[in-house]
Amino acid sequence: MGTYILRRLISAVAVMMVVGIFVFLLLRLAPGDPATMMAGDMATQQMIDGIREQLGLNEPLPTQFVHWALGVLSGNIGNSIFAGQPVLQLISQRVEPTISLSVLTTILSVAIGIVFGTFAAWRAGGFVDRTLTAFSALGYSVPVFVTSYFLVYAFAIKARWLPVQGYVSIDHGFGPWFVQLILPTVALSLSYIAFIARITRASMLEVLSEDYMRTAAAKGASTYSMLFHHALKNASAPILTAIGISLAYLIGGVVITETVFNIPGVGRLVVDAINNRDYPVIQGVLILVSGLYVLINLAVDLAYTLVDPRIRY
Amino acid sequence: MRISSLPRLAVRHPLVFTGGGLLTLVIVAALSAPVYAGDPMIMDPFKLLQSPSTQAWFGTDSLGRNVFARTMYGARISLVVGLLSTMVAALAGLMIGVTAGYIRSFDNFIMRVMDGLMSIPTILLAIALVALTGPGIGILIVAIAIPSTPSTARLIRSVVLSVRERPYVEAALCGGARLPRILWRHILPSSIPPLMVQSANVCAGAILTEAALSFLGAGVPPSIPSWGNMIASSRLYLSIAPLNLFAPGICLAITVLAVNLLGDGLRDMFDPRSKQRR
Repeated sequence: MGTYILRRLISAVAVMMVVGIFVFLLLRLAPGDPATMMAGDMATQQMIDGIREQLGLNEPLPTQFVHWALGVLSGNIGNSIFAGQPVLQLISQRVEPTISLSVLTTILSVAIGIVFGTFAAWRAGGFVDRTLTAFSALGYSVPVFVTSYFLVYAFAIKARWLPVQGYVSIDHGFGPWFVQLILPTVALSLSYIAFIARITRASMLEVLSEDYMRTAAAKGASTYSMLFHHALKNASAPILTAIGISLAYLIGGVVITETVFNIPGVGRLVVDAINNRDYPVIQGVLILVSGLYVLINLAVDLAYTLVDPRIRY
Repeated sequence: MRISSLPRLAVRHPLVFTGGGLLTLVIVAALSAPVYAGDPMIMDPFKLLQSPSTQAWFGTDSLGRNVFARTMYGARISLVVGLLSTMVAALAGLMIGVTAGYIRSFDNFIMRVMDGLMSIPTILLAIALVALTGPGIGILIVAIAIPSTPSTARLIRSVVLSVRERPYVEAALCGGARLPRILWRHILPSSIPPLMVQSANVCAGAILTEAALSFLGAGVPPSIPSWGNMIASSRLYLSIAPLNLFAPGICLAITVLAVNLLGDGLRDMFDPRSKQRR
């Protein structure tokens, strides 16, 4: 057990190093001079030199990397060229809407996805199952921005039930915050519900044919208890993995959803950085998000041992 | 494939038939757009945001351009970027996967690098690449292919690992076959079916990513019509001219659905057991 955790930690650190080196090299090896690129079309030679100095592009590559890596480790992931502030500070100002949207989406998709997938597996080939097949075909094929605009058109523009766009901080009360987030959350959740439900279904199907399920039925366990106590617990490892994996895709979805609904979160920060050619911001978000992903998946792997006592490394 | 075998395909593998058929339709529509669709570029300042008419079947956009023509031409970008980035990812994934699976001393290193690439969200990685080099179709293909490669490489590696232990590979080795021959004659054929299924998934993802990037302003330059940038430029007029947004949106969804169906169908075709498992 101890050696497993250690091994897993080492491999997480290795993966983070790969991400770091890759993100670092991206800027240096891209065709063209990055400083000229970021300065824009109207730049003077002085501005270009300034950016080059700020990024430390005049030093040899290994020196640059050591400087940069030490900075990242001490929490300095670079400065925005456009805003002049540290990237970490910019992100912290924008993080509340992004976390709100991500957490609500995760709760909604996990809750509905697991229940949906469980019932689909319980009566495989039945009505719920076929609904899931159709739903997941749509969930995988309709991009999140098309779903978003469809929901906006139907529920905000035509029916006028919900706001079209915008974000209200949770400081102004739970109600307004929640109402603003309903449409973005639903739009973003659809594909995750499909994904989690499909994995849940597949994993449950295997468990439901086990001998102990027949035993549970024979001793008179209720359907609810059979599905959610006996089966789901044993089927949970692949479902947990799926939730961990889908978090990486969630970030991409958040970038798009924030743009559609005009939510001033980290995703918008990235999109604005594209237009301003503010590469350090994109680089900073890239490093931070990838690190978060590696950490979450490490946590998921370790959580298996808690959920399923049969797994002993 | 002969025409006469199409009905049999439809009965035996309905998903392959439907997906392949839809995709063929989209490809034909995109290629023959100049014949029937009209000019996607010409602007008419007297016909802004008009509703559908016989001249412009889907109406006109905020610059007075023909939305139907733009939607049909937009398919070209989706298909070109989707197919080319899939091919790049499949080739790169095949080479990396075979190397990792066959040359064990590289395996650990290669797979850690792939793990690292996989932990970077696709859209963010693509945004970073495009932000560095400026928008363009070439960089878009590379930007989408790079994050799609690790999953393919992983899959091929697992196939190679299982095939290399098979008796017929050992027999070939004993018979004096050299490494290139083993790879070409024994390893590659087993890799093709899973690679095709995987590539269909990659292709669906690539089309979605291209549209997302163009939507966010990090994809195809605005002068070239693509479904993503059409949706982005028509979002302000959603309440007046919904068709401007939903026409490319629905075409995008249909194209991705077609590729997904084809992928699911191919999986069932190559591995009949998967049908029962699902």
